[in-house]
Amino acid sequence: MASGQQWVLVEMVQAFYEAPAYHLILEGFLILWIVRLLFSKTYKLQERSDLTEKEKEELIEDWQPEPLVPLVSKDHPPPKYDVVSGPTSHEIIVNGKECINFASFNFLGLLDNERVKNQALTSLRKYGVGTCGPRGFYGTFDVHLELEERLAKFMRTEEAIIYSYGFATIASAIPAYSKRGDIVFVDEAACFSIQKGLQASRSNIKYFKHNDMDDLERLLKELETEDQENPRKARVTRRFIVVEGLYINTGDICPLPELVQLKYKYKVRILLEESLSFGVLGEHGRGVTEHFGVNIDDIDLISANMENSLASIGGFCCGRSFVIDHQRLSGQGYCFSASLPPMLAAAAIEALNIMEEDIDIFRLLRDKCKHIHSALQGISGLEVVGESISPAFHLQLEKSTGSRELDVKLLRGIIDYCMNRQIALTQAHYLDKEERFLPPPSIRVVVTIEQTEEELEKAASLIKEAAQHILQHTVLGH
Amino acid sequence: MLIRMTESSVKKLSNGDRCYRASNGVKPGKNGCVKNHYLYQKQHCYPEEKIYHVAHNGGLYKRPFNEVFEETPMLVAVLTYMGYGILTLFGYLRDFLRDWKIEKCQNATEREEQKDFVPLYQDFENFYTRNLYMRIRDSWNRPICSVPGAKFDVMDRVSYDYNWTFKYTGKVVKDVINMGSYNYLGFAENHGLCADAAADVTMKYGVGVSSTRREMGNLAKHEELEKLVARFLGVEAAMAFGMGFATNSMNIPALVGKGCLILSDELNHASLVLGARLSGATIRVFKHNNMQSLEKLLRDAIVHGQPRTHRPWKKILILVEGIYSMEGSIIRLPEVIALKKKYKAFLYLDEAHSIGALGPSGKGVVEYFGLDPKDVDIMMGTFTKSFGAAGGYIGGKKELIDYLFTHSHSAVYATSMSPPVVEQIITSMKCIMGEDGTTFGRDRIQQLAENTRYFRRKLQEMGFIIYGNIDSPVVPLMLYMPAKIGAFGREMLKRNIGVVVVGFPATPIIESRARFCLSAAHTKEMLDTALRMISEVGDLLQLKYSRHLLVPLLDRPFETTYEENEE
Repeated sequence: MASGQQWVLVEMVQAFYEAPAYHLILEGFLILWIVRLLFSKTYKLQERSDLTEKEKEELIEDWQPEPLVPLVSKDHPPPKYDVVSGPTSHEIIVNGKECINFASFNFLGLLDNERVKNQALTSLRKYGVGTCGPRGFYGTFDVHLELEERLAKFMRTEEAIIYSYGFATIASAIPAYSKRGDIVFVDEAACFSIQKGLQASRSNIKYFKHNDMDDLERLLKELETEDQENPRKARVTRRFIVVEGLYINTGDICPLPELVQLKYKYKVRILLEESLSFGVLGEHGRGVTEHFGVNIDDIDLISANMENSLASIGGFCCGRSFVIDHQRLSGQGYCFSASLPPMLAAAAIEALNIMEEDIDIFRLLRDKCKHIHSALQGISGLEVVGESISPAFHLQLEKSTGSRELDVKLLRGIIDYCMNRQIALTQAHYLDKEERFLPPPSIRVVVTIEQTEEELEKAASLIKEAAQHILQHTVLGH
Repeated sequence: MLIRMTESSVKKLSNGDRCYRASNGVKPGKNGCVKNHYLYQKQHCYPEEKIYHVAHNGGLYKRPFNEVFEETPMLVAVLTYMGYGILTLFGYLRDFLRDWKIEKCQNATEREEQKDFVPLYQDFENFYTRNLYMRIRDSWNRPICSVPGAKFDVMDRVSYDYNWTFKYTGKVVKDVINMGSYNYLGFAENHGLCADAAADVTMKYGVGVSSTRREMGNLAKHEELEKLVARFLGVEAAMAFGMGFATNSMNIPALVGKGCLILSDELNHASLVLGARLSGATIRVFKHNNMQSLEKLLRDAIVHGQPRTHRPWKKILILVEGIYSMEGSIIRLPEVIALKKKYKAFLYLDEAHSIGALGPSGKGVVEYFGLDPKDVDIMMGTFTKSFGAAGGYIGGKKELIDYLFTHSHSAVYATSMSPPVVEQIITSMKCIMGEDGTTFGRDRIQQLAENTRYFRRKLQEMGFIIYGNIDSPVVPLMLYMPAKIGAFGREMLKRNIGVVVVGFPATPIIESRARFCLSAAHTKEMLDTALRMISEVGDLLQLKYSRHLLVPLLDRPFETTYEENEE
């Protein structure tokens, strides 16, 4: 072995002698070049600008940041919130005036329910208020496990997961699945928490026209052609459709059966936000899937909050374990946030009990919706926007004055008129600059089962009166 | 032992390069921190404190800043990496067996109808969960069935399939000493003033609100809470939100946007990171609690302006936390404020863990350092921890809060806070402020401070490696090796002590740790029992790694700063 190596060395030395001079010079040059490359910086660092320390100090001295928040001019004072003293139940005191509540999403009237309150109290007496930890670190209580089981059973899915904040539910669920490079098809009317979830996911977002399945199919077809051009990328690009069961911004129901057809045709998963439709639509209040008789397993993920029908706090996602379980490690709002106070979970469980015991309440709610819906038709100047069975719908101006500010003022006039006469209404509020597609200004009308026929009639006639009074007045005024 | 330690630390200090270069915000380095060190030691002669490096910077710090991160012993580091190596190898082996159907696959699987869809998860994403996390999954999510007070009841559960599923036996492990909950001031109670008040409100208001602050959910109670918070913090105004996580993630985007720069500590909580990302601002990350790193980023940012265009930044926002919940460190706030003032940046301080837990009257890290709350532009904190409730707040100048009332995502789109939760906060905060006419609040703060010092000192004496500040009630105890994570959690529960263990990805891969959160509700007997058990388990698992080779924070191997650009 050793002698063999020696032999190689001897050969090398021999070759060196025999090589022509130009060859050696060239090799030597090459070696020098490599050394130069190794030890020299061929690029300049960012600090190419040869600023002296003094110049830097001057720059720092000169720099003036914008104020942290823009200065508010005197003629645009910050808006005043309406102040509610006491609970936001059926009878409500707004700005010191007693009213009938037509503004909070307490559809089933469970907020004021004695049974719910008592359960919450019992739980408070056992667990205290806060949980003092996230779910992973001793923030999981037996009540949470029970609520998750009950929700899964109620929705007839394999598993449910609860969040401590309704807004954070879908906003955390979307980025748990959809990542950079994935494609999400979203309805233009999607609510703000969906928009935030999409933004956090950094996925490629494609908006389709509100409830327009042709437009969605057009986008899906476009994607299909792109996929054929680049099949390798297509194999790893997840795709989702995100829709709401009952749109909070428009009061419309999504065409779920068509969506499911498109899902299988184009192999796209459906994420469904049901904050308004859960506990409202369907014979048992299971939401839009029950409303259309769609198999719930065809929907990959359903998310809803427990702040409307259930009149508690928080939100939940449900679906198959294969999908839902992933959020226990990847749902940011689940992992990194303190868990839901047990008393709020206990209240939600009792609310679920009531929903299961009496399915009549869902029919009753629908009847009331239809009632006020028809009573509000034909008001001159105001247009009813939303399905007739939607308990939260909008009243928009038939003709905009051309300025959003003025429109808002007019609607506020109508609301004040009603509020002075014992009907509490509110405008649908948005962050004008943050919304992707800003809905037109509107009055939000919310129906609950606690409202009596007379109250519904009264509200409708008052709104009619107010519209006449205020809209005509301004028309004359201009 | 102690003498030797002191010598070595002094030797190191006189070398000059390994001491804390606590910058006074104007020029780093050069200030004779050796001298300061001696000065300080002459004044206070606590024997146990000689083993700390002291960053004492005359003008800036009104109190000694004792923060320590002992270096990972080389052998331990090597063994830890080997541990992960072996786990990974076995992971591959078992994945192989699962692929060939030799081992039963316990994973939930895709529906038959959707097998031809693009897979929902990438396989390697789940490798860690399936093969490492699953082995020790029983150390987390342990359900409890009582108040998370000084002691709690844990539901007994067993797994017959190596942690893939759990069965509840119906038994309850009673009176486990709770070293895991963030119940700093012991307000997690089901009786007493706070609980009574919350109970009354529950019966009067119900638990929900079913509307947003902007629409029909603005209760007089919410406004009362906000006034109280402002008074407590010593700021002009405050605003409260329903979830601590969302307070960060939904308000940072209201304050900064494109063309702004966010300077964020590398160990900031996920909510701050998410908020920063959602804002669309450029994010640059500085080393944990490292003022040189922060100052360099600030200088460069102002001198060079925005990338490519070199236009000056619109605003610069520094994001820091009061107490870091995984490190137990306290922010070097005096220096941050000096820097912020010099470079005209804005400061966002997240006091999730420090509010209530630090300062002589529980007003957080600002009070702890004796600073003026007006110097912090945005004071953020949560009600989850010290107040035993839920939610978060932001405090600051009136203009800021007015602006948030119109522009906060939370106020316009999220359901407002539950009234009983609000009541719990109001009562506990009044108790802390002494407005209920008692000294319970003060006593609790005092008790927590004493518990913290006692517990930390004892652990240190036992020879464990403990991270963080001497005054921080969050106490991380280093475990390092992956196998010890599960073992420590289980052995402690066997001895009726509930602890939190954390590993990758919440910590750097080799720095797995157990974390204790002290509470004012802990009695000395409880702490002594806990300490005895920890020592016992520590011997069993050979966790007493400490050689008291203390390294300053600056020398810790952290990844270098990087920039993140939102496209």
